[in-house]
Amino acid sequence: MANTTKKGAKRLAVAKTYKIFIGGQFPRTESARYYALEDKHGAVIANICRSSRKDFRNAIVAARGAQAGWAKASAYLRGQILYRIAEMLEGRREQFVAELKLQGVAQRTAEKEVDATIDRLVYFAGWADKYQQVFSSVNPVASAHFNFSVLEPTGVVAILAPEKSGLLGLVSNIAPAIVGGNACVALASESKPLCAVSFAEVLHASDVPAGVVNILTGYRSELTGQFASHMDVNAIIYCDGDRQTDRAVQIAAADNIKRVLRRTDIDWSNDSSQHPYLVRDTQEVKTTWHPIGT
Amino acid sequence: MATPENKLAFDGGWQYSPAPESTDHVKIKKTYELFIGGEFVAPVQGKYFDTINPATEEKLSKVALASAADVDKAVKAARKAFVGWSRLKPAERGKYIFRIARILQERSREFAVIESLDGGKPIRESRDVDVPLAAAHFFYYAGWADKLEYAFPGRAVKPLGVAGQIIPWNFPLLMAAWKIAPALACGNTVVLKPAETTPLTALKLAEVIADAGLPPGVVNIVTGAGETGAAIVNHPGFDKIAFTGSTDVGRIIQKALAGSNKKYTLELGGKAANIIFADAAIDEAVEGIVNGIFFNQGHVCCAGSRLLVQEPVADAVIRKLRDRMETLIVGDPLDKNTDIGAINSKQQLETIKSYLAIGQEEGSEMFQSSCAVPKRGYWCRPTIFTGVSQSNRVVQEEIFGPVLAIQTFRTFDEALIKANNTPYGLSGGVWTDKGSKIFKMTQSIRAGVVWANTFNKFDPTSPFGGNKESGVGREGGMHGLDAYLKLGG
Repeated sequence: MANTTKKGAKRLAVAKTYKIFIGGQFPRTESARYYALEDKHGAVIANICRSSRKDFRNAIVAARGAQAGWAKASAYLRGQILYRIAEMLEGRREQFVAELKLQGVAQRTAEKEVDATIDRLVYFAGWADKYQQVFSSVNPVASAHFNFSVLEPTGVVAILAPEKSGLLGLVSNIAPAIVGGNACVALASESKPLCAVSFAEVLHASDVPAGVVNILTGYRSELTGQFASHMDVNAIIYCDGDRQTDRAVQIAAADNIKRVLRRTDIDWSNDSSQHPYLVRDTQEVKTTWHPIGT
Repeated sequence: MATPENKLAFDGGWQYSPAPESTDHVKIKKTYELFIGGEFVAPVQGKYFDTINPATEEKLSKVALASAADVDKAVKAARKAFVGWSRLKPAERGKYIFRIARILQERSREFAVIESLDGGKPIRESRDVDVPLAAAHFFYYAGWADKLEYAFPGRAVKPLGVAGQIIPWNFPLLMAAWKIAPALACGNTVVLKPAETTPLTALKLAEVIADAGLPPGVVNIVTGAGETGAAIVNHPGFDKIAFTGSTDVGRIIQKALAGSNKKYTLELGGKAANIIFADAAIDEAVEGIVNGIFFNQGHVCCAGSRLLVQEPVADAVIRKLRDRMETLIVGDPLDKNTDIGAINSKQQLETIKSYLAIGQEEGSEMFQSSCAVPKRGYWCRPTIFTGVSQSNRVVQEEIFGPVLAIQTFRTFDEALIKANNTPYGLSGGVWTDKGSKIFKMTQSIRAGVVWANTFNKFDPTSPFGGNKESGVGREGGMHGLDAYLKLGG
């Protein structure tokens, strides 16, 4: 088990149980299954929840329940809550660096990833009350109507997070989805799940309403089909899929005409990977007409 | 004490004299070939199909049936043309599209008559809605051609390549304009397939495109039915597929495109709720209901096919609606008095009839206006169902005909829950005199287009498209450009 106490210290460290995050709570997987996360020497770092289809369904129920209320929160409030996540993460910077190192990342790289993650949250926090102004329009229709188009959240977004970038990659996909008023269920990197679970703890402490973000750990091969086919998911973001998975995901997604967003070969550590089009990806354009009177 | 109802005598014995639009200025060829590489060419397999007038069941013309080999030829022509078209100075590209708009305006009456002949819609609609809007669409997008960098802040834009476009039979020319205009403005070339029951105006549009001097292969038009559409969807040479049609076919297309990297937009079915609050201007709302469901024989994906009416005014609204339905004239699409034309095809009439039977079997009460309909042709009287429940098929499924399912509600929340309780999310309507209630409802309806105190309005500047199972992407307006561009960093 994770043991962050220095060698020779008298006190036995209290190892953390890594659990999943559904509806603002930290249950173990209902399936009671696990997989052992090992370091490069084969020593067990932690037993990670191997989430089941049922866990995913529960998470979707939680997300659907939370989405409408979250979408109604003011843009200002959503921005402040995202900023609050950044603040909480900043305060736990050392913990995240340590966890990345446990998963084999070098100190310097780990620090960079955590810092970039905090900055990314600040970046999207700032977009909360701006993307609407950039992407909406008043449309000069030829008839006597006032007509405008605004963005509205797509709804519930399922995210298969990047495999290689366990923290930054995850947050780079969650943040633009939720800043736009969506709720999401994310599957953490299978090989780098520790920071995802700890990030759920940060969310828990950041005034993010329960159910807005749900994070599962487990086998991607087992859960991809569920993420793609669930009939109450409106959009699926899947990162780093191979051609075969691409096809399978899109076929399953078509059952309820999901929006399918494939994000492959993106270097999340590069600042060019952050832009408001990631927010727009999980938005719907709504156009409203009203007579002006002549 | 009961007082006599104040009712207008619509049945006062007045008859409108027929006012048919003349057809002598209209040129329809006996045979239409495929439009590929700037020329009309015979189909490889030499097969043809008839297109008929649904109001008379008479044959209008014989049209080429495109096979996969023809689609392949069209793709090659479009690919070849893409090189020059995408490199053309954008302002020049725009000028070609402006030309199309102008020629369409010049020939508008001819297009309107053919649209009504081939599709069965009333001349009043093809003349006042379909054709002018199609021209306006070309005019609008023409102007975008050299301004695309302003539409997507922080992004460099590039055309996609060759677009395959499949359109339905309810607004044949208008849908062609919706698809072709933005594609060309963004620098793409296209292969378009009109619906098999309404190919003529698209083929006439091919003449316009040739007259406008567009380089050969920029627009190719292949005619045929589902198999031709499948050949387009499955052809590896497309970079983009745009489809308007049913959700069932949309699903098949989305699956067929899986793993292909082709960009796609889908404009699919709908089952819009038209919500009438007790404080609405009732007479206007009744006109809105009529326009919502009986416009274009109800062959409208965004039709207000579900009426949700608040209980205090339900009886009055339904009574006024029935009275109004009695005044609607069903008949000759070319007659300028006609309100409701012919059902587009025999097949569609059968679909509608099957739903009339389903509605009655489900226990709903059916009312149809008592008007006479012609002996030949495909007709459906305006129809309403009352006493329906949320789970009834006539409430949940798209009928695509002049058939309205009426439900009542008491509270705002009940109306909203009922409105959102279908897999669709294309459009919606709200009628109330209270501004805050309008915004509360229009924000809460999960749909891409919402009309408040109006219904079924369209404009080239106004984005259109659905949420949920009503589709992916938007057409129209600045947002409609996105469907035909690659956005780079």
